Amino acid sequence: MQFPIISFIVFTPAAAAAIIFMLPGERKTEIRVTALAAAAFALILSLWLYFSYNIASGGYQFKEQYNWLPSMGISYFVGIDGLSAPLVLLTGIVMLTGVLISWKLDDRPREFFAFLFILATGVFGVFVSLDLFMLFFFYEIAVFPMYLLIGIWGSKETREYAAMKLTLYLFIGSVVSLVGALAMYFQADATLGKLTFNMLELEKAGFSVSFQQLWFPFVFMGFAVLGGIFPFHNWSPDGHVAAPTAVSMFHAGVLMKLGAFAALRVGVMLLPEGAKAHMWWIILLALVNVVYGAFIASVQKDFKYVIGFSSVSHMGLVMLGFATLNKDGMMGAGLQMFSHGVMTALFFAVVGMVYDQAHTREIPKLGGFAQKMPWAMVCFVIAGLVSMGMPGFSGFIAEFPIFMGAWQASSWIAIIAAVSIVVTASYIIRVIRNVFFGTMPAEMASHIHDISTLDKVALVSLSIFLVGIGIYPSLMVPMVESGVQNILRLLGGA
Amino acid sequence: MIDLLTLILFIPSLGALLLLFLPREQEKLIKWSAFVISLVPLGLSIYLWTVFDATKNGFQFETTYVWYAAIHSSYHVGIDGLSLTMVMLTTLLMPLAILASFSIKDRIKSYMILFFFLETGLLGVFLSLDLLVFFVFYEIGLVPMFFIINQWGSEHGEREIWGGRKMSARAYASIKFMIYTMAASLGLLLAIQLIGVSAGTYDLKELFKVWPTLQTFNHITLAWQPDTIKAVAFWAFVIAFALKVPVWPFHTWLPDAHTEAPVAGSMILAGVLLKLGAYGFLRLVLPLFPAQSAHYAGWLGLMAILAIILGAFAAYGQNDFKRLVAYSSVNHMGFVVLGIAAAAAAIGTENATIALNGAVFQMFNHGLSAAGMFFLVGVIYERTHTRNLDEYGGLFPLMPVYGGILIFTAMGSLGLPGLSGFISEFLVVRGSWPIFTLYTALAMIGLLFTGAYVLKGIKQVLHGPLNEKWSGHISEINVREIIVITPLMILMLWLGLWPSSVLEVINRAVTMLF
Repeated sequence: MQFPIISFIVFTPAAAAAIIFMLPGERKTEIRVTALAAAAFALILSLWLYFSYNIASGGYQFKEQYNWLPSMGISYFVGIDGLSAPLVLLTGIVMLTGVLISWKLDDRPREFFAFLFILATGVFGVFVSLDLFMLFFFYEIAVFPMYLLIGIWGSKETREYAAMKLTLYLFIGSVVSLVGALAMYFQADATLGKLTFNMLELEKAGFSVSFQQLWFPFVFMGFAVLGGIFPFHNWSPDGHVAAPTAVSMFHAGVLMKLGAFAALRVGVMLLPEGAKAHMWWIILLALVNVVYGAFIASVQKDFKYVIGFSSVSHMGLVMLGFATLNKDGMMGAGLQMFSHGVMTALFFAVVGMVYDQAHTREIPKLGGFAQKMPWAMVCFVIAGLVSMGMPGFSGFIAEFPIFMGAWQASSWIAIIAAVSIVVTASYIIRVIRNVFFGTMPAEMASHIHDISTLDKVALVSLSIFLVGIGIYPSLMVPMVESGVQNILRLLGGA
Repeated sequence: MIDLLTLILFIPSLGALLLLFLPREQEKLIKWSAFVISLVPLGLSIYLWTVFDATKNGFQFETTYVWYAAIHSSYHVGIDGLSLTMVMLTTLLMPLAILASFSIKDRIKSYMILFFFLETGLLGVFLSLDLLVFFVFYEIGLVPMFFIINQWGSEHGEREIWGGRKMSARAYASIKFMIYTMAASLGLLLAIQLIGVSAGTYDLKELFKVWPTLQTFNHITLAWQPDTIKAVAFWAFVIAFALKVPVWPFHTWLPDAHTEAPVAGSMILAGVLLKLGAYGFLRLVLPLFPAQSAHYAGWLGLMAILAIILGAFAAYGQNDFKRLVAYSSVNHMGFVVLGIAAAAAAIGTENATIALNGAVFQMFNHGLSAAGMFFLVGVIYERTHTRNLDEYGGLFPLMPVYGGILIFTAMGSLGLPGLSGFISEFLVVRGSWPIFTLYTALAMIGLLFTGAYVLKGIKQVLHGPLNEKWSGHISEINVREIIVITPLMILMLWLGLWPSSVLEVINRAVTMLF
């Protein structure tokens, strides 16, 4: 039997959480070291997984299947394809950098890291699940710790409100999807002759066109809420802003991808005919995300809200790409999930570093941080360039095919969505100028100092991914392309 | 083995990475390493010039590597006479710009790193033979330039923006530069996507064959006539490049950016960056849209004439020495566009070839003279800390060598026979006259005013009564500065007397453009 690498990745964070819980709360150093070691181990495994995935043969690889509740057709069934492998890697990266920049967190680090790691297990689990039940199982595991993490460690003014809003939105979304999933489960009994949650079997179940068209909106929209689709996006900026830094990184960097990914895997891949019928209005909603999100971001005064709404805009591009249902668009969306995940994690990390020292996030009150923390400035600028889709950075590599896909789906969509590029550039430049340049207010100048070495390590490693893929897209493109081929096959053959 | 073009292209970036590891306090070391590194691409391009075969058609030194296979884009570089001339100009001006920056005291390391990334961006545009890679380099150059203006631009001056809010002049100029250019590139980006999606490739050599005759747009859902689609794409290209050149009415970012940029920034802006726009016309617009170019050439010619005439008037009206030189770029680049427009209107004729030779040669010459003029403005600014022409006066006796150099360079700029600018403007006018007679005649009026503003600048700075506050406070141009300007002066004179040394490289390329 091959080494169960996926299970190791999924359960390393959970095991680490258990160990951390058993450590005495005051031994903070041991807790941090344990967390760091577990995160590093998970990242190494995900890198290994990523590079040992065989692109030429494609499909699902490293599959593991164990019976769980055979009578109900539920099994523990995991595997990765070209779309999920980059996301597993993304989660590993965000997890490690999240631990690094939370090093100085002093308020109950034991519980903080434990909850964060349970969250990570849930996220890993969703990306690798090939069983619909397991996918929901991990999905809920990923959502629930968020409530505690924001409610306990969030910023004082809004944390209860934001935590409640976020959790309710996401639970309602998942319930709506669950209804669709159950419909599929029972319908499979009729078409396949057995009850199963196995997604590879459900793909072949041959649901009737009318069935698919009926249930697709439930499944897709339920998950897309977590992807931040308009008009159900407004939990997301509130959640981002209230959350502590590492949680914002996880939230925007990985959790929103969870929604888009699940909407794709369960919605588009299991109900392709439904996708074809409903895509036109999803394209329109995503377009609203892209353009409206960019405009809203550009009028925010709070540093973190700017980034929060920029995520709404960029996640719109992800869903726009998927909704085109053609190769270019979906490939771009797959790349954008990774690129945006790393980029926004970097954004929130820097925002957190600025806030930790300045104790304010109001842009007009900040200024001159470039002199005090040059590394943070350089990395933020890199993320900013990714965000505005500057060629040479990963954002361009991802957005360009999305636009190419949009041209093929409906050319006006591409033209309208392109407006967001200039708007994004203007708000990113505004933030960089006002926060990092200009003069620092006198009362801040005395106590603001440079960021720590661990922070620098975290920021630089995130930046390397953004620049590396931007310069040499072949590091990731063939992988995502092979994943997209699989979806195209389902769309064509259904 | 890495090929020559890739080496030239990426040595500046490698140099930037190298500088990153030098200690920040060692300013002297940083400056000299930057200078030495910048000589490497220059040496390689001189070598390239000698091994380039000017008698051969088509591209040479072509290399292709896999880059973004999924959307049919590859790293494909190659040169012809047109790009070789521009590569030469870029690699020549870069060491001079770095040498001109030795007086910078603030964060010299970051400054030099940005310049090297800028050089890679500029060279990439001239070298790439893939539409998408072209766009990548075209855009990437904006970023270092933005920061160079934003951070090292002139420290004085404020501009009022809407609502009575004020911002520093350099921030205003850099943001205007960035947003203008990005907004204009948006159309270019969409048009590039349109081409890529419908032709299924971004490789320029293939597109040159496929795109001009393409009549069905299979993957595009626009319900327009093929001709309409092409016309729209054509205008998207034209606006993006016209803004970069810049031609009237898209030029308003230029005086701000040039004026606020540090000396070396202005040298590169005027010397090379403006050429990107003209190069875009020649490399992409004419070969990809021959029919549309011919059809709309009159409009382009009109914009060029307005740039020539209004640029000259505006330059004459300036009291700020640097702004005067900045507007002179609008005026001179107008001739480049006039030549291109005339050639587009009469594709394939001998007149068109002459006009194009003139246009490309003018690009090179303007690179020399504009960089020289901005440098000389910088020299005097460093000594007086003012750019106001009224505050100078009678400086010739105080700095005779500087005065001589300034007059020489200014004459090169206004097109005095014997210096290179004359040859290229003459060729443009000679080639355009049979095609756009009225426009060319009007351009001559612009030429008259070119003389007027150049002489005005010289008079106000060097002649007239001495402004007493400078006597004893102003020093002669120093050796380093003379070293910066000398190569430019030699080339202006050499090419004025012996233009064929460059023209024979250009000629073959421009006859092959269509």
